[in-house]
Amino acid sequence: MLTTPPLVDIRNLKVTFTGGPKPICAINGVDLALDRGETLAILGESGSGKSVTLRAMLRLNPEKRTKIDGAITVGGKNVLTLGPKELQAFRGRDVSMIFQEPALALDPVYTLGHQIAETIVKHDGGSWADAKKRALDLFERVRIPSPERRLDNYPHEMSGGMRQRAMIALALACNPKVLLADEPTTALDATVQIQILLLIRELQREFGIAVIFVTHDIGVAVEVADRVAVMYGGRIVETGPIRDILRSPRHPYTIGLLKSRAHDAMTKGTRLDAIPGSPPDLANLPPGCSFAPRCKLALPACSEATPEPVAVGGGHEARCFRTDATAPAAA
Amino acid sequence: MLVYLGKRLVYTIPIVIGVSVVCFGLVHIAPGDPLVSVLPPDASEELKMQMMRAYGFDRPYYEQFLLWCWRALQGDLGVSIATGRSVASEVLRAVKNTLLLSFVATLIGFFFGLLFGFVAGYFRNSPIDKIASILSVIGVSVPHYWLGMVLVIIFSVQLNWLPPTGAGPGGSADWQPDWAHFRHLILPAITMSVIPMGIVARTIRALVADILSQDFVPALRAKGLSELGIFGHVVKNAAPTALAVMGLQLGYLLGGSILIETVFSWPGTGFLLNAAIFQRDLPLLQGTILVLALFFVLLNLIVDVIQTAIDPRIQRS
Repeated sequence: MLTTPPLVDIRNLKVTFTGGPKPICAINGVDLALDRGETLAILGESGSGKSVTLRAMLRLNPEKRTKIDGAITVGGKNVLTLGPKELQAFRGRDVSMIFQEPALALDPVYTLGHQIAETIVKHDGGSWADAKKRALDLFERVRIPSPERRLDNYPHEMSGGMRQRAMIALALACNPKVLLADEPTTALDATVQIQILLLIRELQREFGIAVIFVTHDIGVAVEVADRVAVMYGGRIVETGPIRDILRSPRHPYTIGLLKSRAHDAMTKGTRLDAIPGSPPDLANLPPGCSFAPRCKLALPACSEATPEPVAVGGGHEARCFRTDATAPAAA
Repeated sequence: MLVYLGKRLVYTIPIVIGVSVVCFGLVHIAPGDPLVSVLPPDASEELKMQMMRAYGFDRPYYEQFLLWCWRALQGDLGVSIATGRSVASEVLRAVKNTLLLSFVATLIGFFFGLLFGFVAGYFRNSPIDKIASILSVIGVSVPHYWLGMVLVIIFSVQLNWLPPTGAGPGGSADWQPDWAHFRHLILPAITMSVIPMGIVARTIRALVADILSQDFVPALRAKGLSELGIFGHVVKNAAPTALAVMGLQLGYLLGGSILIETVFSWPGTGFLLNAAIFQRDLPLLQGTILVLALFFVLLNLIVDVIQTAIDPRIQRS
């Protein structure tokens, strides 16, 4: 049987930060696959390893203080063995990234036009004049009003939403195959958030790129994603099509996460369901399932061995020994 | 940009007026009678009054001030009480020497300061950073007149390689671009360069470390820039602050080199100022301070304008 390999293939990724007194195990065996044109949302709280996973894909974590194991393949390229020159050519062209806070992720002393043109010249060569023309075209694509004038603006002269549009234009400058979005709407107003999400979804369809979208907001994930991967303690605890996860979550953490959302129909005075306890200490991970200490359904076995992903149908998997207990009928 | 330049020029006018008031006033507040040093101790009252009138010291202060300003605008800073020579020409000659010394010193100081600062900032907590930091701390904290004397002892007295004093052979105060004169420049310039080197290195190290920790650096890496390309971004981000520090340092060196110029008998403004103070030579003192202060104002103006040209955020605020 011949199947095309996925565009992004991450196998047993482990990232350990060795800079401090104790090694911090930020990622503990992540497997991810992403096809062309697919959008995956990585959902998780802070410290769950979602941003580290993204950064590892571009090898942005400080090399000296980071140990990366496993394999990351993008479009047939083994990211972890790329030489310095190949890595530069890979970053921004094969895979590009949008950051959480565009005000901080854009260089304050260069115009936006310059920053976009710089990327184009770096990857595709050609003259600055041509690169500026392409930058103008990109500004039109991300629907920045009066794009010609805006190209000569500095980041501080634009609003948050406009800055994020510019950041998206920058990320799309060299037609990447994969776009990584690290909480791109977290720093924005709610009304601007939805515009940016719609824009990303639209451009994703138009350019046919694969998007990995990191967020802690389920509402955002629903808006953009085909598939969701829920991360906890540096592992993907549950993954599957967004509809399945929303309708019948099978991992106790996902269940807790969905319950802890404020529903619009909540009556005044009702308590919000929160998950008791706090996230695991990544320098001192418990053996077994890292969610077990906070889990209502935990058995003694949960603290002894790490559960393997259990397929529950339709590409939906959960790393839990108790998937029987969380099955729709039982829940 | 032109509007900003114009505004900034207009702002310098009240500064210049304030500077001249302070220059004039400070000298008169200082105790001591300028004429005591030139008159014989047994001079008659009549002679004293005559001298007072000749220098205009008998008139009210505001009149003296306005007259002084009016003349200064025409390039006439009065006549030195001690030597009887024109203050303007004395100051001009001293300024030339000081400019030469401080430019060479800042060139050396900024070069090594920038080098140490960037290296230390880039390789924080590495052995290279430690060495660069130690050198720059020594640069900031060593008393430079002491360093000057030590250098004189080593290179002039012990090794007899370089002349210890003066701006040229035979005590010449006019500098010529040849080796005989250049030899005289080496020791004072090195001594003087140590201060800006230390301060620039410390500032740049902190600045570079701060810039490298900002989010846009991984973002630049993420779009595929080479480390050299990122270095270019770091330099442009560091430039406004670095320039401000360097401009201030140059300003301090222009006026604050009294100790070094005295140690090396370098015929510059510091040396002149020193002589003027001890001789109570009011016109010379006022003239020298005014010229130095105006240099400082000019330097700040230049730094401001360059900063604004580099960093778009400054113009707004």
